[in-house]
Amino acid sequence: MDNDIALTAHLMRRAGFSATRDELERYTAQGYEATVEELLNPGDPQVMPEDIIRRLHSSLDEGPEGAAAKWLYRMITTRCPLEEKMPLFWHGLFATAYSKTNNSRSILNQFEMFRRMGLGSFKDLLAELSRDPAMIFWLDNNDNHDGAVNENYGRELLELFAMGVGNYTEQDVKEAARAFTGWTLGNVDYMRVKANKDSFSPFGRIAWHFQYDAADHDDGVKTFLGETGQFDGEDIVEIIARQPAAARFLCGRLFQFFAADEVDAEGERVIDEMTRSYFESGYEVRSVLRTLFNSAYFKSERARFARVKNPVELVVGAIRQAGDFRSPSLAIEQVASICFYMGQGIMRPPSVEGWHEGEEWIESGALIERVNFVSEELSNVDLPGVRRIIERVAASNGATMTPDELVERCLDMLGPVEVSEDTREVLTSYAGRLGNIDLGSREPGGREDRRVADLLGLIGSTREFQMA
Amino acid sequence: MAHGNGTNGANGVNGKNGTGARNLVALQLGGGNDYLNTIVPYENGLYYDNRPAIAHDPERILKIDDGLGFRPDLEPIKRLWDEGKVAIIHGIGYPEPNRSHFRSMDIWHTALPEEIGTEGWLGRVIRELDPKSENVLTGVNFGRGLPRSMGVKGVPVASVGNLDTYGLYPHIQDEELRKYALESFAMMYGAKGKDAVMDFLGETGQNALKGADIIRTAPGKYSSTVEYAENPIAQDLKNAAKVMFADLGTRIFHTQYGSFDTHSGEIFKHDLLWQDTARAVGDFWDDVVEHGMADDTVIFMFTEFGRRVKDNGSGTDHGSGGAAFVIGDSVRGGHYGEYPSLEEKDLLEGDLHYNNDFRMTYSSILEQWLGLDAAPIVNGRFEQFPIFKN
Repeated sequence: MDNDIALTAHLMRRAGFSATRDELERYTAQGYEATVEELLNPGDPQVMPEDIIRRLHSSLDEGPEGAAAKWLYRMITTRCPLEEKMPLFWHGLFATAYSKTNNSRSILNQFEMFRRMGLGSFKDLLAELSRDPAMIFWLDNNDNHDGAVNENYGRELLELFAMGVGNYTEQDVKEAARAFTGWTLGNVDYMRVKANKDSFSPFGRIAWHFQYDAADHDDGVKTFLGETGQFDGEDIVEIIARQPAAARFLCGRLFQFFAADEVDAEGERVIDEMTRSYFESGYEVRSVLRTLFNSAYFKSERARFARVKNPVELVVGAIRQAGDFRSPSLAIEQVASICFYMGQGIMRPPSVEGWHEGEEWIESGALIERVNFVSEELSNVDLPGVRRIIERVAASNGATMTPDELVERCLDMLGPVEVSEDTREVLTSYAGRLGNIDLGSREPGGREDRRVADLLGLIGSTREFQMA
Repeated sequence: MAHGNGTNGANGVNGKNGTGARNLVALQLGGGNDYLNTIVPYENGLYYDNRPAIAHDPERILKIDDGLGFRPDLEPIKRLWDEGKVAIIHGIGYPEPNRSHFRSMDIWHTALPEEIGTEGWLGRVIRELDPKSENVLTGVNFGRGLPRSMGVKGVPVASVGNLDTYGLYPHIQDEELRKYALESFAMMYGAKGKDAVMDFLGETGQNALKGADIIRTAPGKYSSTVEYAENPIAQDLKNAAKVMFADLGTRIFHTQYGSFDTHSGEIFKHDLLWQDTARAVGDFWDDVVEHGMADDTVIFMFTEFGRRVKDNGSGTDHGSGGAAFVIGDSVRGGHYGEYPSLEEKDLLEGDLHYNNDFRMTYSSILEQWLGLDAAPIVNGRFEQFPIFKN
């Protein structure tokens, strides 16, 4: 049972944003594979309703912080966490930034598209991405004309989004770009004026919409990845989707996001299996992830705590465990800024390459922000999730606990988190500075509760807690 | 870790306080400062025609020369101007101006107008000054988060929101408990890790602690007759002064103030912003003089763009072509660049035309003041202004 809980916790750190003990017990009771299916087939997410949010926030559609906050509410309150985790993956891969688009409504629409299509066919997703207005503007496809090709989108589609360098030629880039001529924005002149003036008044910004301009489409014959025909963009993504290199690229990226920062030999074999699922299912991301999550590798000890949590995972995970932001609060925009301070501003990826993940999340300023945020959340006895953890710690044992027992219970309730012997020793000595603890006589939010919460905060500061 | 006495440096500008360890204090006016209402062409009729709602009263302008004057609340900067310590770079910008705050600021931060850059120019400066990252405090930002201008992979930068509580666990009120938590953190991060990632985390955590321990000594060493205001820019510059005078080897100081994004209510908002900023800069400079650092310190004040020539009835929308300031005893005070024409035919979609690339000013500061080769930092070779005395 305990190992089952640890396995479920591992799955929820990866496929979700960590989980409370109560949630973990519900998932574990229904079994691992059933939980994987629940994640892969999201139902009603029961996220915080928009009308409730709008009672406090008059607009969260303008500017990256507001729009990020809007998404954060969903991540924090959803009952279908993978449905929100997929857009985070795709946002990192198809990184579109506010800095150039200057239009958060269009990027929010892009996130909604990721939410809708992010577990479906990779081919369909690439086709929809190619029609996505924020992407079109971000990579200049509205400047890609019949007879005056702009290669930006065609190139990044092959290099960064679907194939990887070495799997196509410069000629393929040009031919792909030709096929996407005429895939443009319907209201570009109006929007350019709006963006240049950068005025929210009087109605805020509106989003771009897609338009296919047949008159500006180059319908000549193209030769792309060895095939020849009168290709349109739809044909291009179809050809890409059936390339082994594309399968390998996508499965590798999914593996690194969900399984481990580093791919070892056994990881390569898992990617092989994922690639098989990709083709067998007709390019379906859901099937690829099912193979990954159910693989012996993913479930093994070696995959646990093998990734540095990205800032959004860390922050949203701590908030969910602490039970913070269950109702709207203006502080949510500060949370969006904090993610940015930690190096992962939503809508603010540093470039079209997205964020550099893994160890690169860790620099001294970001680490200070990480430790401070998590330790403050988890040590706040006023938060309902923290109270609930303490209740569970208290109920689990007799009235009096030794420091050893207290540390063990708290580590268990927060993860379980696996820590080194050195870390455990320091935690125990910290927990023991006031001797044994009697939680039988606790008053909610009182002295004993604060002692436990302080320890929870310190556990949130450990090196081990930085890992997913 | 080496720190103190400015032992790091390059090209013969090393030294310790008072003997030539040259500092740069970058002050970012975020949001797009309205150039026309900062350095006012008070004799130009077009100014009043275009600014019916927000023109300054010519009687109150602090006149300098060429029909130009400072807005009234720039008195503290006018005083430095009169002493010949202020260089104004008029009409600064870059080709094909972008009127998005984020993109334009990115361009200033990465010195790359045509493509998306990944390295900040000040981060590159810090790497040049301290290639082995021997001092985690060579570059310090006063404010939270790493500004993109200072971000370069592997270059440590301390971002100090509140100097008195800087570091870990500012939320723990009980001093005893905080001390205990810090000691625990040091022990946990100091232990040998089970793999390379754990070791890297440990090393980073220890660096963060060390930086915080050193920097928190600064307030205790500080004394001054200057009384700063309570607003954020005054406090950030006061903190910069404390760190500078504590002699921790910091060379690049950065802070920002704003938002100068005055789409509406500009008269009121712009007044407050400049009252705070000008007084803070004046006080900071007095403090620098009092501590014998005037020969070693230069302030660089910039914004991402200027604003629309024509007002919108209560404020101004985003424009192009702005002004930057370089201030210090080593500065050759005066006008650089040209004040852009306000004639309709000379405007760019209603905005002032830039006439000098911001990387000229960057290059001047880098080569003439910090003694660094500018080209690899600003992504190319640019003409320089003779902003510095020697």
